[in-house]
Amino acid sequence: MNFETVIGLEVHVELKTDSKIFSPSPNHFGAEPNTNTTVIDLGYPGVLPVLNKNVVDYAIKASLALNMKINQHTKFDRKNYFYPDNPKAYQISQFDKPIGYDGWIEIEVPGTDGQEGYTKKIGITRLHMEEDAGKLTHGDGYSLVDFNRQGTPLVEIVSEPDIRTPAEAYAYLEKLKSIIQYTGVSDVKMEEGSLRCDANISIRPYGQEEFGTKTELKNLNSFNFVRKGLEYEEIRQAEVLMAGGEIKQETRRFDEKTGKTILMRVKEGTDDYRYFPEPDLVDLVIDDEWLERVRKSIPELPDARKKRYVEELGLNDYDASVLVVNKPISDFFDAMVNAGADAKLSANWLMGDVSAYLNAEQIDIADTKLTPENLAGMVKLISDGTISSKIAKKVFTELVQNGGDAEKIVKAKGLVQISDASVLVPIITNILDNNPQSIEDFKNGKDRAIGFLVGQIMKETKGQANPPMVNKILLEEISKR
Amino acid sequence: MAKLSKEEVKHVAHLARLAITDEEAEKFAEQLGKITDFAEQLNELDTTNVAPTSHVLPIVNVMREDVAVKGLDRDVMMLNVKEQEAGQVKVPPILED
Repeated sequence: MNFETVIGLEVHVELKTDSKIFSPSPNHFGAEPNTNTTVIDLGYPGVLPVLNKNVVDYAIKASLALNMKINQHTKFDRKNYFYPDNPKAYQISQFDKPIGYDGWIEIEVPGTDGQEGYTKKIGITRLHMEEDAGKLTHGDGYSLVDFNRQGTPLVEIVSEPDIRTPAEAYAYLEKLKSIIQYTGVSDVKMEEGSLRCDANISIRPYGQEEFGTKTELKNLNSFNFVRKGLEYEEIRQAEVLMAGGEIKQETRRFDEKTGKTILMRVKEGTDDYRYFPEPDLVDLVIDDEWLERVRKSIPELPDARKKRYVEELGLNDYDASVLVVNKPISDFFDAMVNAGADAKLSANWLMGDVSAYLNAEQIDIADTKLTPENLAGMVKLISDGTISSKIAKKVFTELVQNGGDAEKIVKAKGLVQISDASVLVPIITNILDNNPQSIEDFKNGKDRAIGFLVGQIMKETKGQANPPMVNKILLEEISKR
Repeated sequence: MAKLSKEEVKHVAHLARLAITDEEAEKFAEQLGKITDFAEQLNELDTTNVAPTSHVLPIVNVMREDVAVKGLDRDVMMLNVKEQEAGQVKVPPILED
């Protein structure tokens, strides 16, 4: 029997505000444990939470960027549960009136072995504001709690069960992350926990309308693990059903070492959080003026930027997609083009040598000595023929590590491309004089001999000879002999 | 309105992490039933045209500006903490094998 997979994703995004959602303690990542708290975060009796206005701005901004409608009359609700990561024994969240609802994003799923890539709209059910809990570290026979994260503003973004494959789930997360990154409301760094994902997955026989029983996957610490966990889980569920078994509603943990999902707990009945309107906070009314003010603050988003790259800068679809996904890189690219560098060449360098360098060093572009101006300077030198692409790699190494001005580096290191025939001809004739055998080989139809000769010329000129010029002069000189 | 069942009482007790005996569950079912019956009287009113209320005061949009203030000194924060380790609060194990 063939099964169709149904996936829904819940994504938590930490908002990059200065202070927490309901208290003025700092919302700064990486502080010493338990130094960013107040009595409000710690749930002392008699304290009152007060809503951070900026959190509402950010939540509206994210909602609008995800094509959502806004509940202009909204409120907070209290979700009751006992867990040591939360000293209040309840989380302030939003239940029946999330600030954002009914949105969508368009995802781009790349093609794989023979299958064409495609785009697809994925619905987003809701986006709501809530507070994060403290962070638990598990030791042997005890757990440790750091309450710095308690009260960190979060938005939870819940997708419709529109996702049908692990690859679509991956594409959804990439797109969602990219859009949020463009709005600037979060760092969306999975490694720092500012973006977290839980996945719900079920399977059903093709043609069946009713959803199968779903399992929930946790501990998905990278987009790749989300994809791997889902790939494992769809096969596991199919095997259980094919063997006549039954899928239980359970929470499973992805194990990074084995790539398997492991049972954490079986869910019996539905969770009973006894939500009720938060009595410590008054209702929130977002008037049209407020909404418009936030709408105007939304910058160009990835889809619009991609369109501009294709239509105005002449990049191909693929290159444009790759560039816009990462906002810092895309901003860098825009600045290079503004500085007068060729768009296609700039794109190639960013996607090629720059990306390779950043990946190898595991750093962001801002951590290098590259600036849009100095890299644009280098690209311009390639465009006008001053240096070859090969020589450019030397200039790049210097720029990325030490910074500086490309033109000055080229001059200081004597890297200017030799395009002057009066310089090249004597070098080439000299090499031909020393290699009569190669000339004969070439005349006897061995094309490889040319490669050898070009290699000798490049060696002689330390790679600085202009390659098209070398080819032209070389063939001319051979034909004279 | 029927009185609460013993199962409902046990469920609520579990949610509140209260250990109660069978006899207590029986007794509380009776008592809590009376309380909910009392509240049930509100249903006698016709509220067809009354908007749901979650607050008695007609106030909306109480907010603060997003400005961080230094957190509590950790030593002060730990005053009511039973056990600590490396600046963190030590609690019984959460993940059990």
